[in-house]
Parts: sequence; structure tokens; C-alpha cells
Amino acid sequence: MNDFLTLMKPELALTGIIFLLLFIKIGKGMGNERLLLLIQVLLLLNFLTGFFFNKPGSLFDGMYLTSGLIVLQKNILNLAVYLISLLFANWFKKSQHMPEFFILMLAALLGMFFLISSGNLLMFFLSLELATIPVAAMANFDLDKKRSSEGAMKMILSSAFSSGIMLFGISLIYGATGTISFTEIPLQLHGSTLEVLAFIFFFSAFAFKLSIVPFHLWTADVYEGSPMAATSFLSVVSKGTVAFIFLSVLYKVFLPLQMLWYNLLVIVSIATMVIGNLFALRQQNIKRFLAFSSIAQVGFILVGISGSSIQGTSSVVFFILVYVFSNLAAFAVADAIASKTDAEEIDDYRGMYKTNPFLSWVLALALFSLAGIPPTAGFFGKLFLLTAGASKGSYLFIIIAALNMIISLYYYLRVIRAVFMEKNENPIEKITIEPSTKLALVFCSAGIVLIGLLSWIYDYIESLA
Amino acid sequence: MIQPGLYHILFISAALFFIGVYGFFTRRNLVTMLMSVELILNSVNLNFIAFNKYLWFDKMDGLFFSIFIIAIAAAEAAVAIAIIINLYRSHKSIDVEQAEELRY
Repeated sequence: MNDFLTLMKPELALTGIIFLLLFIKIGKGMGNERLLLLIQVLLLLNFLTGFFFNKPGSLFDGMYLTSGLIVLQKNILNLAVYLISLLFANWFKKSQHMPEFFILMLAALLGMFFLISSGNLLMFFLSLELATIPVAAMANFDLDKKRSSEGAMKMILSSAFSSGIMLFGISLIYGATGTISFTEIPLQLHGSTLEVLAFIFFFSAFAFKLSIVPFHLWTADVYEGSPMAATSFLSVVSKGTVAFIFLSVLYKVFLPLQMLWYNLLVIVSIATMVIGNLFALRQQNIKRFLAFSSIAQVGFILVGISGSSIQGTSSVVFFILVYVFSNLAAFAVADAIASKTDAEEIDDYRGMYKTNPFLSWVLALALFSLAGIPPTAGFFGKLFLLTAGASKGSYLFIIIAALNMIISLYYYLRVIRAVFMEKNENPIEKITIEPSTKLALVFCSAGIVLIGLLSWIYDYIESLA
Repeated sequence: MIQPGLYHILFISAALFFIGVYGFFTRRNLVTMLMSVELILNSVNLNFIAFNKYLWFDKMDGLFFSIFIIAIAAAEAAVAIAIIINLYRSHKSIDVEQAEELRY
């Protein structure tokens, strides 16, 4: 019983918050401002308590696992959700259905926690569904906008289809090995044709969730249609989670098929980087631009995953930590501008530095970090990913990845050039942002600069991996 | 008369799976696309039950898995139908060709 409480503490705390919000919603209700403040305090407490009283162990006959690394990953996700609640305060206050939005978001987060902790294919499947179905509902939250419902429709159909494909793969794995436990599957895998087929089905479902080329087509539409808070949740928290579980599934469960998945990863990661970059080059809408840039970033994450176990894990976790700060900051700036002026095109950003210096600097820092320019943390993140990938010795692959970093520089700098250097007769007017949002933006910028410079963070992650 | 064995059931479930995939790609009506997904999920259920009965009958993993799949499929269909109804309200149609605001 005691074990149950300490090991499942993150999930239990989240469940408590979800129920509290449900009761508030059913009961008399509160004003949006007070409720948002309450939620922010609760999420902050949830994030802070995540660091204490943790211990490794497993529950329910190995269905639920936890370790130092898993606790760290959950803390990163907690932090990201807390930042989302601060960064999009403006949108939340105006929204008519704020409690429901948070209930859905936290339910999805609960699913992601179980997903990271899962030690069994049944648990894996259930939590993956819990992590995706609420996100599709969140994408529909601009109820009166046509685009929002279209994006949500594309998301739910493609995720239902991909989970169907994944389930077919799982059923073949079950048929070939006779077990669904993560510890017993690798003992039974011998690389027969059926297992290879099952693995490819399974892999393609991951590719859907991570939006790896050729399964990326839903990404840009969903990102553009959804409200910005849902988009940022999808692109940061959801992607981060799937990357985390992808690591442990590949390194632990499918270790006997290592040659197969290494070759697959090399091919899809090159395709993802190249196509993500080429499409990002021609985007005018800032949300679509960020969507394609995030596809390209996933390509780099795959480079890290293709490395050896310890280096791969630590570099990917470090990169996701950096990615949380830089991507959330970029989305928050775009949201602050779009909600006040309806400007979503990159051309509208011209000359923004004159009127909004603070937002311009934050956007510049975030984009520098996404592009991987030193001394921002994004540079170190990419460096570790490429080093981890290079440890396997295929240098041609790493050279292609590095060339893609150069291509990506072009389009990130295009936005920065529009903001700082181009002249515009009537630039975006001066935007006042909420104090809590400003605080979170400062925190994100500090994170972007400091995480790269404080070397103990990476050492700490590596010691856990 | 031939008794149905594992291969017969696997053949049926594979056929169902690909009918579902084909339907998902060719149909343009959202509800029919959802039905195609259900076909895929049911083919998976058949697979699990057949493997459990013929190959791994000492444990019940496959049976439990298929029960959970049925439950999750219902939940997924509920959310998908809600989204489709909302789409119908804004677009006055449930044809995917009509939902074309978001393009490259």
C-alpha cells in the first residue's frame, strides 16, 4: 500500500487535480481569472512535489515501472504543462470552457505518465489512447471556427487509424511471442519474418504519433487549425512523451531486432529532416512554419535515438528539455501577437522590433535555440544528438544531418530578419501581455540560455540513463 | 468437413484488416471512414482471440486485450462522432472533400 502511494505519486496527484476541477465545474463554478490562478498554483505545487519522495520500483506484476529517469521525464512534462498554463493565460481567460480544457489536458497528461511508466503492451496501448483521444477534443476547442473542427477531425481520424495499425502489429507480436510483457518479449524474439512485419506495423504507428515522414501529413493542418494552447501541448508534451517511450521500447523491448530498426531509423530520419526543412522553407503562416520546423526537429531526435543506449537516452531527454523551453516560447509569442492583431503571416512580423522589443527578443532567442546557434541550449542539444548518432560510426548520416541544420538556419533567420531588419510602414501595434505570461517568457528565455551553460544538468541526466 | 483452424481465422482477419484500410483510403464520408477503422480494430480482436485459443491457451492475455480494445474503440468512436457533429454544424456536410480550409 505504501509502495503504491509513493511509486504512483505523480499519477495520483494529477488524478486529484482532475477530480477537483470536475467538482468545481459541476458545482457553483468560479470566475475564469480566479480559477486560472488556482490551476496555476496547483500545477506549480504538482511540479515542485514531483522532485521529492521518489524511488524506483514496479507495481502490478511489472505492468507499471518507475525509475529515476522516468521521474525526471515526468517532471519535464509537468513543467511544460505548468508553463502552458502561464503562457496562454490570455486565451484561457477569454475561453468559455476553460475548466474542461484543463480537465482534458490533464487527462491526456495522465495518460502520458502511464505511457512512460508502462511495462506491458496492454498498459502501453491503453495509456496511448488516453494520451491521444483528449488531445483531439482539445484541438476542437475554438468551437465556432471552421478550421478548428477540421483540424480536430483530421487528428482523430488519423490517430484512430494509426492505433488500428499499431494494434495489428501488437497482435502479431503476441502471436509470435505469446507474451505482452516488456521484459519477456525480447527473450522470445528471434527475427523471423512475422516478427519483422509486426515490428514495422508497430513502428509506423510511432511514426504517426511523432509525425515522422511519410506519416507527417496531418501535423501541419492540425497545428494550424487548433487553438494555440492545444498546438503547443501537442507539439511539446505529446511529442516529448512519445519520444521517451520510443527510447525504452527500442532499447529494451526490440533489442534483438536492433539491426532492422537502426536501418529504418536512418532512412526515416533523413527523409524527415529533408522534407520537414524543404516544406518549412516555403511557409508563410507562422503556425505552419513552426509545425514543419517541429517535423524537422523530430528528424534530429531520431538521429539521437539511433545512437547507443545511454548516450541516446540522455541526449534525447536533454534535447526535449531544451525543446520545451524554446518551442513553448516561440508558440507563446506567436499566440500573443495572433490574439491581439490576427496577424499570423511572417510578413506581418516585419519591423516588430520597433514596437515590441521584449517579444522580439524572446522570439529571436527561441528561434536561435531551435536553429541550434551557440550559446543557446539548442546548440548543445543538437550537438549531443549528433554525437550520440555518430557513436555508431556512420558518418555520412551525421554529415547529412549537419547539412540539414544549415538549411534550417535559413528559414529561422528569415523570421528574425523580418522582425529586426526589415522596414514596415505600419508594424504590429504595441502589445501588452499578462504579467504571468511575461514571467513565464522570462523564465523560458533564462532556461534557453542557462540549460546549455550549466553542464551539471546533462551530467545528471546521463547519470540516470 | 474441414474444421476451421488458426490459418483460416488469420486469413479472415487479414482480409478484414485490408478491407478496413481500403475503405479508409477510398471513402469520402467521415462516418464510413470511422466504420472502416472499426473493421481494422475488429480484425485485431479476431487475431488476438485466435492466437489465444490455438497457440497460447495457457494464459488469458489475448482475451483481455480484445476486451480492452472493444472498450477503447467505443470511447474513440464517441469522441470522433462528437467532432464530426461539430464539423457538420460548421460545414453543413460530413464529406471530407468539403473540409478543405487547411491546404499547403
